[in-house]
Amino acid sequence: MPFFKADHLVMRFGGLVAVNDFNLELQPGDLVGLIGPNGAGKTTVFNMITGVYRPTSGRIYFQDKDITGKRPDIITALGIARTFQNIRLFTDLSLIENVMVSYHVRLKSNIFEAVFKLPRYMRQENAMYEEAMELLHKVELDHLAEEKAGSLPYGEQRRLEIARALATHPKLLLLDEPAAGMNPNETLQLMDFIKQIRDEFDLTILLIEHDMKVVMGICERIWVLDYGKTIAVGTPSEIQNNPEVIKAYLGEEEYA
Amino acid sequence: MSWESFFQNLSNGISLGGLYALIAIGYSMVYGILRLINFAHGDIFMLGAYIAFYGMLIFSLPWWLSLIVSIILTAFIGILIDKGAYKPLRNAPRISALITAIGVSFFLENLGLVVFGGRPKGFYRPHIFDEIITIKGVRILSLTFYSLVITAIFLVLLFYIVYRTKTGLGMRAVSTDMETARLMGIDVDKIISITFAIGSGLAAVGGVLWAMKYPQINPLMGIFPGLKAFIAAVLGGIGSVGGALLGGFILGIAEIMLVAFMPQLSGYRDAFAFLILILILLVKPTGLLGVEVKEKA
Repeated sequence: MPFFKADHLVMRFGGLVAVNDFNLELQPGDLVGLIGPNGAGKTTVFNMITGVYRPTSGRIYFQDKDITGKRPDIITALGIARTFQNIRLFTDLSLIENVMVSYHVRLKSNIFEAVFKLPRYMRQENAMYEEAMELLHKVELDHLAEEKAGSLPYGEQRRLEIARALATHPKLLLLDEPAAGMNPNETLQLMDFIKQIRDEFDLTILLIEHDMKVVMGICERIWVLDYGKTIAVGTPSEIQNNPEVIKAYLGEEEYA
Repeated sequence: MSWESFFQNLSNGISLGGLYALIAIGYSMVYGILRLINFAHGDIFMLGAYIAFYGMLIFSLPWWLSLIVSIILTAFIGILIDKGAYKPLRNAPRISALITAIGVSFFLENLGLVVFGGRPKGFYRPHIFDEIITIKGVRILSLTFYSLVITAIFLVLLFYIVYRTKTGLGMRAVSTDMETARLMGIDVDKIISITFAIGSGLAAVGGVLWAMKYPQINPLMGIFPGLKAFIAAVLGGIGSVGGALLGGFILGIAEIMLVAFMPQLSGYRDAFAFLILILILLVKPTGLLGVEVKEKA
């Protein structure tokens, strides 16, 4: 059984088939891209994996477990975290609080221990705080820890979202267009950052991206979706030379 | 008006305001998380008073133990109401949940009439609350003072939970964005249950203190305090705990002062609260401390 497997996933919304027969296998440490034109069903795949949607048919396996249709919080606890195409931070909470929301996955004390500041709670609380600060340090936002997340500029919000996802201790990280809205320089930094966290946290990463430079630059394998169907799978160079893909997607792109 | 009677009225206003605040917080917290006006909240308040009443009458519990039992049982009832009535409608249009809340309210009132009987019951007021304290010529009932102390204790506890614990952080995260909170590993159903429990528990505190203050209880006693507290929550900015607190005190003090300064208008006391509601909705619909919340789909 592979580390992660999506087996013949289908998602229908009424008459619309958003994803049709999607298959994907990941091995630990993979850095895989999921590309395709707008509306190809990429985000829908993420939503099925994270439990936001229950697939119409097909199964999802993660670390030898069938996680199809499980609740999002349970799937997160099992080790899958994500970021969002349109950033979804808790804008009213501070940066450190955003990261510490991940508490809920791992902190094992209850409200009474919290109110009475029992030793176990305090120990865990302090450890969590330290760890959250360290994550903020990694994304170079630790000096803003007490600011409201909503007050950050766009690029920094993206980095905070990644830090928040990392705080849940994921084994599989799903990044939904991490480079969207970034300038070329920021994008370069981001590519380095993604590789770096993959190695540092032993992550497997699946990312959706429109920016071909990012996908071709860091992904080892690429899945191409079009109208809900997988039209090609391969290495970046194979994808670049695949006539199906060129027709569907890269035809107009200069990288093709 | 002499300053003695001014302070006397002020202390009455603050103590009434504290009770409004205790109830208003439950409205505000539930709204913050579910975008639902829980119109049954006033009736939960009534149940809190009855539970304490029976605790003292049948089980001869001391008042403070009755209060604690009432908080715990009422909190459970709050959770049950959510699980039974609102949870099945979580993905339904919000108007369905709102209508259900009104239905639950009628249900509890009529259940109260059947189970407790419609005749008002005299609520026992412990002796320590029955003394007159005189401070520099201002005579106040000791209940007015203690009621404020008890209110303050629970409010401090509430703020501690909301702003200093992981559960509170979860509540604030869920209230900002439920979907994302779930994806960050928060058990949203548990957070919602805790929210109902805390809101209902505070309503029970309000109910017991109210019943000591106006020592007659009946199954419909929750309607007006419930509506007033709802107004207080809207006034302060519904969804905000601090707002509910502020709105509660403003409304309580304003009501008492209206009657004190213009006794001829005392019959309009309740209408006055609704006037405030209409004004705030016209002038600043988000309330004093409220921020524009984006409507959840």
